[in-house]
Amino acid sequence: MNRTPTLAVWKFASCDGCQLTLLDCEDELLPLADRVRIAHFTEASSATVAGPYDLSLVEGSITTPDDLERIHRIREQSSTLVTIGACATAGGIQALRNLSGVEQYAAVVYAEPGYIDSLDASTPISAHVPVDFELRGCPIDKGQLIEVITAYLAGREPDVPAHSVCFECKQRGTPCVMVTQGTPCLGPVTHAGCGALCPSLGRGCYGCFGPMNTPNTDALSRQLAASGMPDGTRRRLYRTFNAAADAFARAAERRP
Amino acid sequence: MTHRNTRSLQVSALARVEGEGAMRVTVDDGRVGDVALQIYEPPRFFEALLRGRAHTEPPDITARICGICPVAYQISACHAIEDACGVRVPEPVRQLRRLLYCGEWIESHALHIYLLHAPDFLGYPGVVELARDHRQVVERGLALKKVGNLLIERVGGRSIHPVNVRVGGFYRAPTVATLAALRAPLHRALRDAIATVEWVAGFDFPDLTIDHDFLALSDPDRYAIEDGRPRVSTGVTFPVADLDRHVVEHQVPYSTALHATLDGRRYLTGPLARYALNRPQLSAPALRVADRVGLEPVCRNPFRSIIVRAVEVVHAIVEALTILDGYQPPDPPYVPVPPRAGVGYGASEAPRGSLFHRYTLDSAGRITAALIVPPTAQNQAAIEEDLRRLVQDRIGEPDTELTAACERAIRNYDPCISCATHFLDLTVDRA
Repeated sequence: MNRTPTLAVWKFASCDGCQLTLLDCEDELLPLADRVRIAHFTEASSATVAGPYDLSLVEGSITTPDDLERIHRIREQSSTLVTIGACATAGGIQALRNLSGVEQYAAVVYAEPGYIDSLDASTPISAHVPVDFELRGCPIDKGQLIEVITAYLAGREPDVPAHSVCFECKQRGTPCVMVTQGTPCLGPVTHAGCGALCPSLGRGCYGCFGPMNTPNTDALSRQLAASGMPDGTRRRLYRTFNAAADAFARAAERRP
Repeated sequence: MTHRNTRSLQVSALARVEGEGAMRVTVDDGRVGDVALQIYEPPRFFEALLRGRAHTEPPDITARICGICPVAYQISACHAIEDACGVRVPEPVRQLRRLLYCGEWIESHALHIYLLHAPDFLGYPGVVELARDHRQVVERGLALKKVGNLLIERVGGRSIHPVNVRVGGFYRAPTVATLAALRAPLHRALRDAIATVEWVAGFDFPDLTIDHDFLALSDPDRYAIEDGRPRVSTGVTFPVADLDRHVVEHQVPYSTALHATLDGRRYLTGPLARYALNRPQLSAPALRVADRVGLEPVCRNPFRSIIVRAVEVVHAIVEALTILDGYQPPDPPYVPVPPRAGVGYGASEAPRGSLFHRYTLDSAGRITAALIVPPTAQNQAAIEEDLRRLVQDRIGEPDTELTAACERAIRNYDPCISCATHFLDLTVDRA
């Protein structure tokens, strides 16, 4: 029997931008709704169908004791679990707290930090449960999201390139901003997917898709240092939306 | 009627809002007791993580507070940093910011009207179910939203978390040809937006009259979007730099979002406030359609805010087309903003309401303190007051109906819970 697969969308600590990407598929949204049964998507519908679910898309990082329990329940109910975005795959910008401790952060924002129940670290979904596929980006790319869902429906692996942003610059014919303008750029070590947007606007890549599969951060760090970038600036460059991704975290700590 | 003395209404996970929250209302002997909009969205501590960052970084970082209105965060951040550094951005750059912001108003309002709010009025759980019976209407909404996103992409480089915004202006000004290509889609969107106003004005609106003070930015020359001076319906107006003397945030134990008061009182910011305070400055097509559908000059029924949003979409499209008419790429596209020690304030009108930023910089331009006051935190007390009034007026209704009405009342505000992380489970307890 051909049953319509069920899709669930879950949210943890995040800005909602990645699940919004699904709603931003204006041309594909209604055709997609004909192919899958949207069984749980709180941002889009007040109707929820109980699990199990065929495909779960998970946005956001784990930052609270409740969410730590919730992700295990979601994993148990999901045949395939795909994380969407930098928060779910690398801890997100809120992982900056991992460096200085959550108490200190809470005390800055809240008069009564004691009311706030938050974990010391913001962690990716894969730190807690097995993940079938991780889609990078802050935010994810619409085309890549459609590819992941289409691949799932076709029963094949998603065709999402593992190379760096540099390839995308070459593809769109953007002259290298580091070579031609001396603009610091994380493109050589950053995962492709955005289409090399920032260099096309004359600015350096700020790494919102996180590290590529085999990033040579040492070479890039040496180049950044040689062009006169102070250590603190280089550290901050690696520490934004994917600060806790291994390669970026290590590169931020290492002196070239 | 219920035979119980106490009732508890609750929604443990609000749907069709941006972010995560719950509501709880207690009724005791026929009187509404506690009303709590509970934001359990995990806090992300943006104000803390901004400390130590460079003065050039807040536009990219604060965009990540909200995926639906990143432009608002970027522009308020730019204003605050530029204020701290004593830089005034020239008019052509401000125009380009307004154009980008028009895209966000179109995209965010269309999303709220069609995908999050309209299903309530027509009895559907969501847009997919709505589309089964009203496919063309939903397609019109999606087309409208798409034009908003297209505008953000062309000016900002990306529709979610735009990459082209920098302190002082833009990395690269879009070419005349890039923007001219938006003219035809915007003209089609204008027809769709006017049809949207007529469509939503025909909905059945529950009765509810509110008396909150209104706060919105105002500008002598235009319907304030990306800039302006805070103005209150009581007649008070103040420079953004006096923000802390008027708007005070305090923490409540049941929510991770702070509650704000204005001169010690609850107040409302957002479409109803902007429309009440700045209506005469709406563009002619927006005013004409507002009058034609009978939208009152000051709207005090929050359920009718969907009409105001639709009128604002018309305005944003007309405004975008007007900016396109005279567009010449600003050259250079930004002004340098050298750092200096100081405190700077910035504000802009996010689709949900006024968004305030304050930064303290040291002489190297490092941020030593940040304060971000998002619309939903400001509106929380007003939302709770609406719920109190709604439940009191309809106290005889069964729990399920009353709970559904409360959820709808919350969605009137298009609350952005993610950005209130510095929102909701609905429970009504009855006694």
